[in-house]
Amino acid sequence: MAEQALPVLDVRGLKTVFRTRGGEIHAVNDVSFHLNRGEVLGVVGESGSGKSVTMMSLIRLLPSPPADIRAGQVVLNGKDLLQMDAEDLRHVRGAKVGFVFQDPMTSLNPVFTIGSQIMEPLRAHMGMTKAAAAARAVELLELVGIPDARKRLKAYPHQFSGGMRQRVMIAIALACDPDVLIADEPTTALDVTIQAQILELMKELRRKLGMAIIWITHDLGVIAGIADRVLVMYGGQVVEHAPVGELFANPQHPYTRALLKTIPKISGAREARLKVIEGQPPIMTGAPQACPFRARCEYRHDPCEKVNPLRRGGGWSSSGPGP
Amino acid sequence: MLDATPGLLAGGPLVQVDGLKMHFPIYSGILRRHTGDVKAVDGVSFSINAGETLGLVGESGCGKSTVGRALLRLYEPTAGRVVIDGEDVASLSPEDLRKKRPAMQMVFQDPQASLNPRMTLSRIISEPLDEHTDWAEAKKLARVHELMDAVGLNRRFDNRFPHEFSGGQRQRIGIARALALNPRFIVCDEPIAALDVSIQAQVVNLLEDLQEKLGLTYLFISHDLSMVRHIADRVAVMYLGKIAELSPRDALYSRPLHPYAEALLSAVNEPDPALAANRRRIILTGDVPSPANPPKGCNFCTRCPKVMDICRTVKPDLTEVEPQRFVACHLYPKTQAAGSTGASEATERNQQGVSL
Repeated sequence: MAEQALPVLDVRGLKTVFRTRGGEIHAVNDVSFHLNRGEVLGVVGESGSGKSVTMMSLIRLLPSPPADIRAGQVVLNGKDLLQMDAEDLRHVRGAKVGFVFQDPMTSLNPVFTIGSQIMEPLRAHMGMTKAAAAARAVELLELVGIPDARKRLKAYPHQFSGGMRQRVMIAIALACDPDVLIADEPTTALDVTIQAQILELMKELRRKLGMAIIWITHDLGVIAGIADRVLVMYGGQVVEHAPVGELFANPQHPYTRALLKTIPKISGAREARLKVIEGQPPIMTGAPQACPFRARCEYRHDPCEKVNPLRRGGGWSSSGPGP
Repeated sequence: MLDATPGLLAGGPLVQVDGLKMHFPIYSGILRRHTGDVKAVDGVSFSINAGETLGLVGESGCGKSTVGRALLRLYEPTAGRVVIDGEDVASLSPEDLRKKRPAMQMVFQDPQASLNPRMTLSRIISEPLDEHTDWAEAKKLARVHELMDAVGLNRRFDNRFPHEFSGGQRQRIGIARALALNPRFIVCDEPIAALDVSIQAQVVNLLEDLQEKLGLTYLFISHDLSMVRHIADRVAVMYLGKIAELSPRDALYSRPLHPYAEALLSAVNEPDPALAANRRRIILTGDVPSPANPPKGCNFCTRCPKVMDICRTVKPDLTEVEPQRFVACHLYPKTQAAGSTGASEATERNQQGVSL
């Protein structure tokens, strides 16, 4: 992977706000990151931390209203997606950026065959003929490890198991050879043995196709197995950004540290009592003026109430001075 | 009160399950004829000692939740005995069963769905008291407050509705309700699956504290193998309606005997990149067969990496192959152990040679 090459995706200062009857919810606050060619970027955080909304904002999949992207730049291959008109954007979605959603049960259309759903992006974006698209669909199904692919084209989603449906979703996302694949909790709805199959598949596909992957999850175990770099999100902002080995060996932000300690291990010494992060995640009403983690942080001190560490610039970790 | 010594000391088993079967009939065709059964639970036997936590793990559809519900007779079991504290729950008359209910309770997976959105917190928690006691309102409210203290909810919130609480707090409400009648045995059906990672630890710690204080006995149903390792004393691994392995926690996690248990444990993602890179994973191919039409031989024979000819024709029984370790697999030669549960005195044999 060429380090010097331009990143395939560059996100700067992204801000997304939801307007609700109860006031504004600041779901994404000044999020910046980049994605290099062929790399897997893990995004972790709890529900409500803004990880999915960030990625949906990137390619403007959020309905507006209520969502409103207030600021930021999303540069994909030199073009800013936030400035694009609807027609160009339509071409980017599906063709340049593939999406795999969490729940393979609800993201496939139950009344269309698997084949027609895989062929749809091929015909729409690549202008393929029916025959060419069908041939490519068989190829894709074989690529994601579905046996007897030709026959399966005529099957409906309900005839597939959860793991197989997720494979179909991956095949659809890969159909037009995207530069970036955004996978939003792709293995969360699956059992561990099936999850292991999908993880292996994704690793292999990345080796073969060399695309960049953004992998959203709340499961740190999955991240450890697949990511190269990791963004940790909390309260709509990136609180830590580190290479995966570094993040687990030497977590900097108090939230990351606490999170790693709350998870019981499957091997090694068994902890007598689990560490706990007291309290609840914040609800982001109003632009965050202070650190969003302050209420639950064990290293809290005066400046945490006044300054959002994000605004101070500097290093990637937005934690205050270390303990 | 009861003391919470895990293991065999606390006066033997509180819960004894023998040959439990739970089949759901399939009706099909224009005449709605009975054409088959979904064998959700197909001959499961185990025991849980007083004060102990038995973990029940397996993939979705393996029948673990059905076991939990059949134990409390929320389903009518097809066959088998469920002896809880000396009485066979599976055959009690409706009136006797009602009297038995206070001793056995359940904490459900989804606190959103298991709490009535139109009831206030105090009404939810006191509902079991309305049903099973003739206490005055004031006494019930006092008990509700006591329970709210016990699970870490602020007493001032007793008039609020479930939607005003977060997921973790809602699960605390569910736990308080389960505790209202001083049960001895609680089935926890995926109590943390719907919660965020940072909240899971809070609820698990609460369950552990309550067990210690009140001498509770848990059946902890979960698919989260690392959390089960944390909370359970012994663990049963289920596959397609049957128990594949039942072993003490440390023994199972350090050296699983059944090939399915081995594969399941190897599939867990360890939050440590160094370990993840070096680990030898067993990737099972294919999916779980349908419980309406299980394989003729061992249920796991279609996916087992160590499958032999006998596995395809003969169903293995759950036998004690090492002290305290029960495995249903042909890799392990049969001993003459009579029962499949309880403190049997099967001959000790070293059979490590077989398990790779």
